[in-house]
Amino acid sequence: MDVVDLARWQFGITTIYHFLFVPLSIGLSAIVAGLQTAWLVTKAERYLALTKFFGKVLIINFAVGIVTGLVQEFQFGMNWSAYSRFVGDVFGVPLAIEGLLAFFLESTFLGLWIFGWDRLPKWLHLVCIWLVAIGTQISAYVILTVNAWMQHPVGYRINPGNGRVELTDFGAMLTNPTAIEAGLHTAAACFLTGGALVAGVAFWQLARPGTPDVARIAFRTAAKVGSAVVLVAALGVVISGDSMMKLMTRLQPMKVAAAEGLFNTEQPAGFSLLTIGTADGRSELWSIKLPELLSFLATGKFTGKVEGINQLQQQYVATFGPGDYIPNVPVAYWSFRLMIGAGMLAAFLALVGLLLLRRPALLRHRWVPWIALAVPFLPLLANSAGWLFTEGGRQPWIAYGLFKTVDGVSPGTSALDVAISLGVFTLLYGGLAVLEFGLLRRAVRVLPSVGGSGAAGGGGDGDGRGEGGPPDGGAAGRDPVDGDDLERPLTFTY
Amino acid sequence: MELPTLWFGLIAFFWTTYFVLEGFDFGVGVLARLLGRDEKERGTLLSTIGPFWDGNEVWLVVAGGAMFAAFPGWYASLTSTYYLPLVLILVALIVRGVALEFRGKRDDARWRRRCDLAVAVGSAIPPLAWGIALSGAARGLPLDDRGEYAGGFGELLHPYALLGGIALLALCLLHGAVFLRLRTTGELRARAGRMVRLLGAPTAVLGAGFLVWTGVQDRSAGLIGLVAAAGLAVGLLVRRDGWAFVGSTLAVGLTVVAIFVSAFPALIPSTLDRAYDLTVTGAASPAYGLRILTWAAACFVPLVLAYQGWSYWVFRKRVVG
Ligand code: HDD
Ligand code: HEM
Ligand code: HEM
Repeated sequence: MDVVDLARWQFGITTIYHFLFVPLSIGLSAIVAGLQTAWLVTKAERYLALTKFFGKVLIINFAVGIVTGLVQEFQFGMNWSAYSRFVGDVFGVPLAIEGLLAFFLESTFLGLWIFGWDRLPKWLHLVCIWLVAIGTQISAYVILTVNAWMQHPVGYRINPGNGRVELTDFGAMLTNPTAIEAGLHTAAACFLTGGALVAGVAFWQLARPGTPDVARIAFRTAAKVGSAVVLVAALGVVISGDSMMKLMTRLQPMKVAAAEGLFNTEQPAGFSLLTIGTADGRSELWSIKLPELLSFLATGKFTGKVEGINQLQQQYVATFGPGDYIPNVPVAYWSFRLMIGAGMLAAFLALVGLLLLRRPALLRHRWVPWIALAVPFLPLLANSAGWLFTEGGRQPWIAYGLFKTVDGVSPGTSALDVAISLGVFTLLYGGLAVLEFGLLRRAVRVLPSVGGSGAAGGGGDGDGRGEGGPPDGGAAGRDPVDGDDLERPLTFTY
Repeated sequence: MELPTLWFGLIAFFWTTYFVLEGFDFGVGVLARLLGRDEKERGTLLSTIGPFWDGNEVWLVVAGGAMFAAFPGWYASLTSTYYLPLVLILVALIVRGVALEFRGKRDDARWRRRCDLAVAVGSAIPPLAWGIALSGAARGLPLDDRGEYAGGFGELLHPYALLGGIALLALCLLHGAVFLRLRTTGELRARAGRMVRLLGAPTAVLGAGFLVWTGVQDRSAGLIGLVAAAGLAVGLLVRRDGWAFVGSTLAVGLTVVAIFVSAFPALIPSTLDRAYDLTVTGAASPAYGLRILTWAAACFVPLVLAYQGWSYWVFRKRVVG
């Protein structure tokens, strides 16, 4: 593998990894804020218990999101220095603003929220978690404007003197149609991710035998909230995904063709259920198609024309000169389907779960806990697949129509350097995943006791102990063995 | 003032704030393991930085983003030249951040001991490596006409750069010790005080040595270094915890300022040919982008300073073990 391949693998791995945690933080912070609001409004203890329960999950997850984001910040320059010099003016501006506007908000108020339970007035403490949730939304949108610019460059000119891009219209960049569509789609996907975690954990708790009855009341609420979020978000994902598809047909027809394995232009075009192509990804061997559906998805009309890979390749050669403008077709084809399939399966399971809530007897089936535990992973899979599709389908361009990926790589960085960093990050990230997963598993076992009965311990293996004790002064000397209870602030002795 | 110069100043300000703030939490991260006799004491020591470390780290994100925006060539050359050191820094920051957050999530002495070790190592590497990179780049690198590094790995470890790294690490340790004295009570505070005295002489020698060397290269950086040295003296000698912290803040902050000023008006001088220097005017982004950045900074930097200041005020009480 050469430097470019290694750098692409590294970028893909580190970014996908970052985006495993980010959607959960985005979705979950808003849900936790909603739960805490419900507690302040209704004064019902179960909302407080749930706020703390999912708050703990949020904090564990946030930590990994933050540290993996640091890598993102620097690897543009480390691995793609030529590209960074080319686009710095366009890219740097939103990235700097993202830090100033969003990351400071998130990190400072998350600290205040974690450590401020007994230190801030209740309403102010609630404001803190809402500010975190707002910060995550802002950071998501800002970073997506950058990514959208790579998909569909707007508001720039090329400086004839040095051949670099210059920002000419920041407003156009912020309102790039690709950014708006991706912003809506990603926001919906993030809520789907957060909701699926809440629903999955809640159903698991309801279905397994060990959960005490007081806790069941709280988890019933969580199951409803989580499933509702999943269903609404799924609707948002489908609607926004559909309009993205239409935008993409106009702006990046090659990606649509690759997603569908459509080798030659068709009118009307059928939606592929299964297409098998030749090994080089250049022509079709066999396929089953739903007639006219692709025309409708891509253009809004059942009779619309959808251009094929071979015709587009000829057009691109005519416009941009000789070269291979075809992305990896099998990757695009399968990741597109995996995104839709995994996300819709999560939504379907949430719907089934809601119906099961009315039939508690069915909830006791021995398969339910296992299926419930799988639910949170489905949107993660969908997200990764969606990005693989979006970024992979853009190839060979790093900035669509402007700059090729192969030209963007750092000229001075050797393949050995990148191989080392790729190995280091992959190992580290793998290790982190194991740790985070282990901690989350512990965190979702124990619900802080509802109504002071103290009976909510899950299995009594001491999970969740050793927290408590506010950072400064106060009750830091309290016995750490007294289990989780509601009076205790959600702080963590380091 | 012209926009590129303003942005050079702001970027230096972001880096300075980063080292002033994260400087003490790096110091605390290392010292917690040395000063805390058991897992509980270490927990107490680490909780002095609990609510803050993440907010402090964002100054690095902003410094990086601002470099990328205002001087893309600077960002690209610095990060691709120091490729492997940066990998090391990132790994250290990841390990440390995760260990800090995960430490309290399991009630298990062995787990916590491992986390403490990870925090300590992860806190020591970044100031050392950043010090090497920033002072080495300010002194000059063999950059070719494209701004690409044309030297070997060994040249990154010039004695001046090495001294810069060790000095910055020492200053951060001292800064952390002074911070711990300010934020703890009783026996822990007494131990932090002893640590300040222990670190005093070596830090003074390393810091002063580095600042003198910087001053030899650039007169105005030398003047700033004098104030930094005065701050260091205050940090070491004054008995009042608050004033000592002001002193160590000045020492860390102005040392970083001196590094940036020593290269100005270059960003990274080229040791191959001064015509290849990356300079403030030559590497700057066009005015339109810089104007937007300036507006954003004018609106948000005061706001950020205000609410971060408020969060320090909320958690102002000394931590009881
Ligand atoms: C839970 C996750 C999830 C689910 C269920 C879906 N998507 Fe999606 N999709 C994403 C998560 C996602 C994503 C990971 O968030 C992407 C990657 C880039 C982006 O903006 O969102 C994405 C990208 C993405 C793109 C690429 C846009 C581009 O390249 O510019 C299209 C066309 C769609 N989606 C369409 C759909 C459709 C028609 C769906 C369902 C019927 C759908 N998505 C479900
Ligand atoms: C590839 C480009 C990306 C870069 C350069 C980047 C950079 C960063 C950085 C530096 C942080 C750490 C901030 C801190 O210390 O508090 C971070 C965290 C975060 N990023 Fe990314 N990021 C990228 C992709 C994304 C995307 C696509 C999204 C959302 C759609 C996103 C959303 C977030 C959020 C919400 C956080 C807060 C931490 C968390 O939620 O876990 N990032 N990112
Ligand atoms: C600011 C936002 C982003 C920028 C600037 C960016 C930039 C890049 C770059 C430089 C590459 C390497 C060249 C290539 O192989 O295409 C890449 C690839 C990739 N990116 Fe993005 N990216 C951004 C956001 C994201 C996000 C949020 C994700 C998903 C979590 C993502 C997923 C990927 C993947 C999977 C690849 C590898 C694709 C392939 O090589 O086939 N990117 N992107």
